[in-house]
Amino acid sequence: MSNSSLENGTKHRHKTSNSLSLQQQRVRAAFWFLAPMIVMLFCVAAWPLLRTIYFSFTDTSLTSLYEGEWVWFKNYLSYRELSSGRVIWRGTLADPAWWNAVWNTVRFSFVSVSIEAVLGILVALVLNAEFKGRGLVRAAILIPWAIPTIVSAKMWGWMLNDQFGIINDALLKIGLIDHKIAWTASIDTAMISVLIVDVWKTTPFMALLCLAGLQMIPKDVYEAAKVDGVHPVKVFFKVTLPLVRPALMVAVIFRILDALRIFDLIYVLTPNSKATKTMSIISRENLFEFDKFAYGSAQSTLLFAIIAIFVAAYIWLGKVDLGGKDER
Amino acid sequence: MANIELKNLHKSYGAVHVIKGIDLEIKSGEFMVFVGPSGCGKSTLLRLISGLEAISDGELLFDGEVVNNVIPSKRGIAMVFQSYALYPHMTVYDNMAFGLKLAKTTKQEMKERVLNAARMLQIEDLLERLPKQLSGGQRQRVAIGRAIVRDPKVFLFDEPLSNLDAALRVATRLEIAKLHHDMQDTTMVYVTHDQVEAMTLADRICVLRDGIVEQVGTPSELYESPASIFVAGFIGSPKMNFLTGKFADEFNCDTLGIRPEHIEIVDEDNSDKLWTGKVIHAEDLGSDNYLYLEIGADEPLVVRQAGKLKIANGTKVNLRPQNANLHKFNQQGKPAL
Repeated sequence: MSNSSLENGTKHRHKTSNSLSLQQQRVRAAFWFLAPMIVMLFCVAAWPLLRTIYFSFTDTSLTSLYEGEWVWFKNYLSYRELSSGRVIWRGTLADPAWWNAVWNTVRFSFVSVSIEAVLGILVALVLNAEFKGRGLVRAAILIPWAIPTIVSAKMWGWMLNDQFGIINDALLKIGLIDHKIAWTASIDTAMISVLIVDVWKTTPFMALLCLAGLQMIPKDVYEAAKVDGVHPVKVFFKVTLPLVRPALMVAVIFRILDALRIFDLIYVLTPNSKATKTMSIISRENLFEFDKFAYGSAQSTLLFAIIAIFVAAYIWLGKVDLGGKDER
Repeated sequence: MANIELKNLHKSYGAVHVIKGIDLEIKSGEFMVFVGPSGCGKSTLLRLISGLEAISDGELLFDGEVVNNVIPSKRGIAMVFQSYALYPHMTVYDNMAFGLKLAKTTKQEMKERVLNAARMLQIEDLLERLPKQLSGGQRQRVAIGRAIVRDPKVFLFDEPLSNLDAALRVATRLEIAKLHHDMQDTTMVYVTHDQVEAMTLADRICVLRDGIVEQVGTPSELYESPASIFVAGFIGSPKMNFLTGKFADEFNCDTLGIRPEHIEIVDEDNSDKLWTGKVIHAEDLGSDNYLYLEIGADEPLVVRQAGKLKIANGTKVNLRPQNANLHKFNQQGKPAL
């Protein structure tokens, strides 16, 4: 009895080790660990994306979501020759409102991310220095980032209000302006308002990522520079900046991704201003307000493509090391 | 050429008093080693000399001039750090030349100086590499090269060998000794916790403990006539044996110190025999045997025997300390008169 069970045991062990090598067992374990996330990502990211791309090639409308017909590139670009011989171009790619939104988005992203990167580094350098109450300041500087965008947009909306806003009041009292400015409503200042609020809100995030990068730099390198007698400005440009660059590049990628799809801040702060309408704003309008669901889907798809191209180009041009291979 | 004088030097971090009044003169061209257990303040003392830390009280003089408030780069020093402190994004050449670019050196002269230093340290083939492509030993050589290029009056080493493996440590130690030989005008100050490094490299050793100087002297002075139990125990490997109670009473002192190499094993019928002990453990190092003997003292007595003498555990042996090499200490741990 005991003999046979022993035999069974050995046989069983043999069987498992024969059927699955250690490597295969690892792969299988890895698969089971990854599976929940893959399923999740497919449900919340891949499926909506694929659906949107599909809709963009149909004439689906909000009222008949499942009855759309395949229309190829009609939502992107199509032309019709009139009997008079005139050619009319249609579709998103021929829509001036779309190109205005593209230009707004790119301009906003470029300016805001540039300012935030510079300010972020500066703030990070200050926070990296040793002084009393540093922990408190570090926590305090994060507050703008922690406030929900809707709240901060509303708050700034009131501060920038043309009649009762504190900013107009303060500028008038100092004497920098001689009449109240409709910051968020005026076409000339709407983009500036959005930029101010976005910089105020996201610089802390940038600073925090830069700070993490700064703290990776070994302290003794700075001491060596001190002994070498290198001027602090030169130390910054020749030592600090090259060493913090990997972290900075990753931070900038995050910010570009965020800035290119900006929606909430503008939706609350400057709704319907032509000067600040971005790709996200305009595609939402078409999707849900103008009942041009397929058209909006095409714009969403283009937005996705543009962001993908931007980020790919940035990673390629900046030789950003996302895998951490460059670490010492 | 620089003569360094420390006069009643103090350093405190807030309420923590790290350096508690140090008086020391480091002569021009001398190789001075600061040695002591961790936390004794030796690295802090070096950083005070370098100017990377501010002096709390007292005076630091280079060639008779007070340099308390002179910034590091104006002191004519070069420093080699424990962790190399190379600029990770610069090639070996740039690492060595970076400090020179500021000193208004011409390009030609700069290149010559870097190449000279590289030749001295045999790192000429590595000039185009990045630090991450180098081994630990090579990195430390580059760090030393960067210091040489500055042509300093004072060379400071902060535990430069601690991050290297044992074989490399010996090789680099030799390199540093050679460097001292080649740069006879340069004063060198070297910090280590390893007494072997201190003994092999130093012209003079300064033993530190809790922020004060225990003893300053040549390696042989420290070995032969330690000024305290602490120094006696710190210098020498294996450690000196300390005997108290009846063993010390026989020699009219509070603590009797005897180095393992100064105890002889003698025959049973030898009239000079003094102690009898049982072997409880033996370590064979090839060239030497360390015997651990139970003689009735608090701790086993260590005896160093040259050669291949094999003695089994449990064997009883008779011992005689060499009278000329006894160290007698009083209750304060100072040499008894």
